[in-house]
Amino acid sequence: MTQLSVEDLHKRYGDHEVLKGVSLATEAGDVVSIIGSSGSGKSTFLRCINFLEQPDAGRITVAGEEIRLVPDRNGHLKVADARQLQRLRTRLAMVFQHFNLWAHMTVLENVTEAPLHVLGLSRAEARERAEAYLEKVGIAQFMDSYPAHLSGGQQQRVAIARALAMEPAVLLFDEPTSALDPELVGEVLKVMRGLAEEGRTMVVVTHEMGFAREVSSKVMFLHQGLAEEYGPPAEVFGNTRSERLRQFLSGNLK
Amino acid sequence: MIEWAVITENLPEYAAGLWLTLQLTVISLAAGLLLAIPLAVLRTSGAAFVSRGVWAYTYFFRGTPMLVQLLLVYYGLGQFEWVQARWAEGNSLWLVFRDPYGCALVTFALNTCAYTTEILAGALRATPHGEIEAAQACGMSRLTMIRRILVPGALRRALPAYSNEAIFMLHGTAIASTITLVDLTGAARNAYSQHFAPFEAFIFAGLIYMCVTFALVGLFRLAERRWLGHLQARKSRQARA
Repeated sequence: MTQLSVEDLHKRYGDHEVLKGVSLATEAGDVVSIIGSSGSGKSTFLRCINFLEQPDAGRITVAGEEIRLVPDRNGHLKVADARQLQRLRTRLAMVFQHFNLWAHMTVLENVTEAPLHVLGLSRAEARERAEAYLEKVGIAQFMDSYPAHLSGGQQQRVAIARALAMEPAVLLFDEPTSALDPELVGEVLKVMRGLAEEGRTMVVVTHEMGFAREVSSKVMFLHQGLAEEYGPPAEVFGNTRSERLRQFLSGNLK
Repeated sequence: MIEWAVITENLPEYAAGLWLTLQLTVISLAAGLLLAIPLAVLRTSGAAFVSRGVWAYTYFFRGTPMLVQLLLVYYGLGQFEWVQARWAEGNSLWLVFRDPYGCALVTFALNTCAYTTEILAGALRATPHGEIEAAQACGMSRLTMIRRILVPGALRRALPAYSNEAIFMLHGTAIASTITLVDLTGAARNAYSQHFAPFEAFIFAGLIYMCVTFALVGLFRLAERRWLGHLQARKSRQARA
């Protein structure tokens, strides 16, 4: 079943057109890596999927339900029904580059917060879920710490547990290792590999070419707001047609 | 020579005055804080009209001396026939303004509320944008986000600045003595007029204010330890794994 489908997404900032019609579809268990140089629009694309940015045109369908959009006064699209967006956002969990944990809550509270106050789970259920996912990402021993007292890699693993606790249809990762010290990247990638192997549906904006090549089922190369290449990693990396991708990869795989 | 009798003979009056000072401080701080939370949310809301409205209120109360505000409420309101008519009716809401205690409480609460609103509004604006995005991304409604993320974070960040406001308020209640109330300062004035020994009368009141101030500082230090743990260095050295 198609978990997430994005059709012909456009986004502009003033005169600058960042996305010029990008589409993507994920079946259950797909891991799509989105690569590209900075400014190619890959983060913007991901952030348009859950409406942290407003797309100017396009259709987005999550678990079979299309997000209803209406034009606003300026002709930009806006969400027709805020409640529908909130409901669909619970199906799309996001992991951010800078973790974005809630600083005043402990690790456990960060992970139980949305299940308790958005999904409406009972305290016992939310705690059980949180403990299971914190265990999975290897952070259970820091349950009562505050985020500021953890390393970047640990914080990002908490953020992944927080996303998993929503039990979403699709996990969105926005450059999850870019803000980490090099020696902490591995622990986060290892967790993400584990999730991919479990068959979770993931869309990952990343600079980690190793991850894109080995873990993803599809790779999208964004360049100047268009998907220059889109296909299985063996094809995209092994049989590169685009000259720009070749340049990008040679710059990345020194 | 120090005339100890000034203090010892008036101890019961000082105690009663301290009790009134504490009441005025605690009740006005509590009411002011409760009212300041929604006002600070409105002050930082995107709606310019609402935000300007709240700003006009805080600007008036922060722009004028609290003594002037108190005199306005206590003497000024009674000048209006409409208010006098409400008093004649026995309207209990308006009768508050005929009672000096009621006037002091309302004025002090509105005054501290204005300052607290601005302190909290500053703390709300300082919410890291990422925390807001994380709340949106997991499908939180605006109201839940205000209640669960924005306000709890802001209250904690505001705590150090708010402890100053609480101490200013304790000291500010001294002006209640200008509208016939016998608070701690009022008790000292009475002791002075009975004995004509101003130094003893006022230094004793000053010492009591100082003790209460230190107690307040201690309370806030405990509160900071309890609620600002996430901003402090770790106490024990945990393994960083």
